[in-house]
Amino acid sequence: MNNRYQELKKIATQIRKDIVEMTNAAGSGHPGGSLSAADILTVLYFNKMNIDPENPKLENRDKFVLSKGHAAPVLYSTLARRGYFSPKELLKLRKIGSILQGHPDMKGIPGVEMSTGSLGQGFSTSVGMALASKLDKKDNRIYVLLGDGEMNEGLVWEAAMAAAHYKLDNLTAILDYNGLQIDGKNEDVMNIKPVDEKWKSFGWNVIEIDGHNFEEIINAFEKAEGNNEKPTMIIAKTVKGKGVSFMENEASWHGTAPKDEDKEKALMELGGEK
Amino acid sequence: MTKKIATRETYGETLVELGKGNENIVVLDADLSKSTKTHGFSKEFPNRFFNMGIAEQNLMGTAAGLAASGKIPFASTFAVFAAGRAFEIIRNSICYPKLNVKICATHAGITVGEDGASHQAIEDLALMRALPNMTVINPADAVSAKALLNEAAKYNGPVYVRLGRAKVPVIYNEKDTEFVIGKGMEVKTGQDITIIATGIMVETAIKACEELEKENISVRVIDIHTLKPIDKDIIVKAAKETKGIITVEEHNIIGGLGSAVAEVLAENYPSQLKRIGINDTFGESGKPDELMKKYGLTSENIILKAKEILQG
Repeated sequence: MNNRYQELKKIATQIRKDIVEMTNAAGSGHPGGSLSAADILTVLYFNKMNIDPENPKLENRDKFVLSKGHAAPVLYSTLARRGYFSPKELLKLRKIGSILQGHPDMKGIPGVEMSTGSLGQGFSTSVGMALASKLDKKDNRIYVLLGDGEMNEGLVWEAAMAAAHYKLDNLTAILDYNGLQIDGKNEDVMNIKPVDEKWKSFGWNVIEIDGHNFEEIINAFEKAEGNNEKPTMIIAKTVKGKGVSFMENEASWHGTAPKDEDKEKALMELGGEK
Repeated sequence: MTKKIATRETYGETLVELGKGNENIVVLDADLSKSTKTHGFSKEFPNRFFNMGIAEQNLMGTAAGLAASGKIPFASTFAVFAAGRAFEIIRNSICYPKLNVKICATHAGITVGEDGASHQAIEDLALMRALPNMTVINPADAVSAKALLNEAAKYNGPVYVRLGRAKVPVIYNEKDTEFVIGKGMEVKTGQDITIIATGIMVETAIKACEELEKENISVRVIDIHTLKPIDKDIIVKAAKETKGIITVEEHNIIGGLGSAVAEVLAENYPSQLKRIGINDTFGESGKPDELMKKYGLTSENIILKAKEILQG
């Protein structure tokens, strides 16, 4: 791993620690699907996107929409660590009066581009954002992260069809493909396979990667930019709960907060002291 | 003879004018552009018109994304699909973030006629009224529709505009009437009784008023074109100055104008109220005027209720 990736790894680890601490402090929330997306968000916010935390409404900025809005902790930590607001806010997650709502709220949180949480809707709104950029002849990009369980929603396919129809090659979607949803494995709850063929048949450019490999994530984003007239879906194979051994590949950690002893154990695994 | 124009026709024409004046206005439809009348805009401004296909949820979600990027989207389909099928998208992606989307829903109410109950939205006002941040507008005729659509375009935030399929008489004079969102319109002043109507029922209310005046009953007629925020003052004033109020709407009796007026009266000035609307039942196929008669949305029914109040 070269220096560039070392630096990203360090940030992603900090974000994972934040996720554990935030959800522990909140006493609820979604750690599993937040941990699986940490490396993807790290690359987007610390390597890829044209953004300015000092000026969150920068005219030609790239935009990120967390369509799997329940993974709010990973977005909040990423935004705080990138400088949109103080990391001190993170421990107020889900508490009364906090800006950090259980699911992302664009009105109250600097850097949040769209209020999400009801699955499929962030993806649909990202299509609108990409259309607007095309209309204004902007060269920014719209990034949107979906969960694999989210693929059950009919709205996802309405939006997928529209993005291809309007040739939104400025839209890059990433599927956080950790294989688990609340009630269990995708194939037991509602089979989504073949995932790649579904997106290809909807007219999307499809790239498959390891969602925890920085080099592959970075390369995929670059490849997506060169794709003419087609939106891109990056199917990122991930591990739910990634980085915390007892949370990995456990559907039960989808929507359960770590208790104090779980937190200590998790933080130790992620790198010793807080 | 009074001119008759469907409010959806006015919508189509107004959109083109709005589009000329403001580049940020974009229009979305769900494969009904010829019926909703957005096709005029699509011809004039093809690059600012997006047909989203038969996908009402994505129609609203895409509109939200466009609004989040500074556009002023007008999203149209039939009321039953706009307010009904896409309800939760409107709630979470438009109203919660208070995005500047104008939902212009046509073919509302039972005057959709022959298509029958599946297509007759009679609960859209109730649904939209219950959403925080939503403004709900129901114009009575072509003149008020044009004026209120212009107001809606200027207003920054989500607006639901209810439009009809059937041709309805023009009741307002364009030159000397001003429409303000949230301000009811006293169409006719009177001292004995008040009829508060919304949408195409305003014309029916005027008809009832004319009949009652022949019997020397002085009738006040109020057009509540904005159901939310509702004009409390005009309602309370009417309650204080007349013997009772009748509400009339082409909507389910639950959750629409009658409910809104009842809420205002109960909290501010309890008084006699009789509500006319569709009596918590689905409609059916038929000609619009046949349906209006069958479901009691007539001037005769208003007169009956007025006399009940005055004799009570």
